[in-house]
Amino acid sequence: MAAAAPYQIGNPLSKVHAEAAEGHKTHATWSPYDDNGGTAVAVAGEDYCLVAGSTRMSTGFNILTRDASMLLQLTDKVVIASAGMQADRKALHKLLQHRNVTYQHNHGRPMSVSATAQLLSNTLYYKRFFPFYTFNLVAGLDEQGRGAVYNYDAVGSYERSGYFCQGSGKELIQPVLDNQLKAASPLLLPPRNSITALPLDQALDLVKDAFVSAGERDIYTGDKVEILIITKDGIRRDELQLKLD
Amino acid sequence: MFRNQYDTDVTTWSPQGRLFQVEYAMEAVKQGSCAVGLKSDTHVVLATLKRSQSELSSFQRKVFKIDDHMGIAIAGLTGDGRSLCKYMRNECINHRYVYESSMPVGRLVRQIADKSQVCTQRSWKRPYGVGLLVAGVDPRGPHLFSSCPSGNYYEYKAIAIGARSQAAKTYLEKHLESFPSATLDELVQHGLRALQSSLSEGELTDANSSVAVVGKDLSFTILEDEAVQPYITALKEDEPMQTEGAAAAEEQREAPAEGAAAAEGGGQAAYEAALREGEGPAPMEAD
Repeated sequence: MAAAAPYQIGNPLSKVHAEAAEGHKTHATWSPYDDNGGTAVAVAGEDYCLVAGSTRMSTGFNILTRDASMLLQLTDKVVIASAGMQADRKALHKLLQHRNVTYQHNHGRPMSVSATAQLLSNTLYYKRFFPFYTFNLVAGLDEQGRGAVYNYDAVGSYERSGYFCQGSGKELIQPVLDNQLKAASPLLLPPRNSITALPLDQALDLVKDAFVSAGERDIYTGDKVEILIITKDGIRRDELQLKLD
Repeated sequence: MFRNQYDTDVTTWSPQGRLFQVEYAMEAVKQGSCAVGLKSDTHVVLATLKRSQSELSSFQRKVFKIDDHMGIAIAGLTGDGRSLCKYMRNECINHRYVYESSMPVGRLVRQIADKSQVCTQRSWKRPYGVGLLVAGVDPRGPHLFSSCPSGNYYEYKAIAIGARSQAAKTYLEKHLESFPSATLDELVQHGLRALQSSLSEGELTDANSSVAVVGKDLSFTILEDEAVQPYITALKEDEPMQTEGAAAAEEQREAPAEGAAAAEGGGQAAYEAALREGEGPAPMEAD
């Protein structure tokens, strides 16, 4: 194109227009999203469900806090873990908590895991064109008392599986779990059991080891791991110290 | 004599300066079965008498949880009561969402009153036909309010509304001095005895009584059926005229002791137990 700078004087967009005219794409510099790091893992067992999230919150190469929680305990049997952007996580968790209260008023009982799973999916898709920057896991006990784990993408596509990871360390941990919990893998065809036969204490050790390893290589995973263990007797909390580096 | 001339519209005054439609709406409240409320320095108790249409039907729900710190008992048109209940629940949820704290009780009651008043000043509306007893706790302490179709509301130490509520009020007035320092169990017993005074026939049973309690460290909990049975039993035990023999009375003495202890310490547990057994009270929509 011939004309170099169509609008010259006083127009702040003159550079943008000029470059566009020359065929260069310009991008806005401000993004509504930020990744605050962290990893979340969930494992479903015969009569338990484990869900764990690291507590380091970062932005860029800086640490914002070493003690941020990723987990929302919705009911006695359901926990939601969200990795990604903290602002969207807080907004999403707040919304789900209040939807849960409404559900309890209308149904006279708390939400089941499957109901929560569907609600989360719908809530995420509602913002299909300006998504929540959260990568979610729903964990709990299903109506039969068996462990249930659901994993999501940012816009609500979900699937029940025996185990899953989300967040900055997911590529480090997921293959390890695939290796150790093969039977419950969502990759197998035909689809098998979506729970692992491993007893609770062994699964807990596996998750802890996985986090320690992920903490070594992933700079965004560290400080502590908050673990919630869901059984028919309620929800128990465990904590694992990680390296602070 | 002139009532019929000036009572067609809610927007028509009578020559004596009365709005008959509003007064008729308050009449609907008086037709509902009795609901009693009373408070101590630490707790608020609602005790209600549930009516059933016939032997075949369930008893009509009278008590509704609004939020963890607040609940209501209704007397009058149940449909209107449920509508206000839905509004109150929504307001509480929104308040929590925006302010991350519980809705102050008095403010919500005032909102209800304002809503009710609007219906007394629009020709295309009618007043709500329900009276509410609102029991709640906020940072300032326990509260008991009564709102009515006219848009008036007052805070009370103890109050009764509905059919034959005057008898219940008399009982409450008589024992008023003992309420502030009463324990939760004593407060519930007073509530049930006040309710009993309003009975013209029959007696309180676990099927037709519904009690709700809320306190600073006690989430709003509805006690019905099994959960309220210990209190009913204790009530009967204190009655001067008893048809049962001494042996039966002995049994009853043991049951309330452990039942009351369980009910006292397990406010939240009782609620959850009530929820688990048969999925708690029938969902509102099925009433």
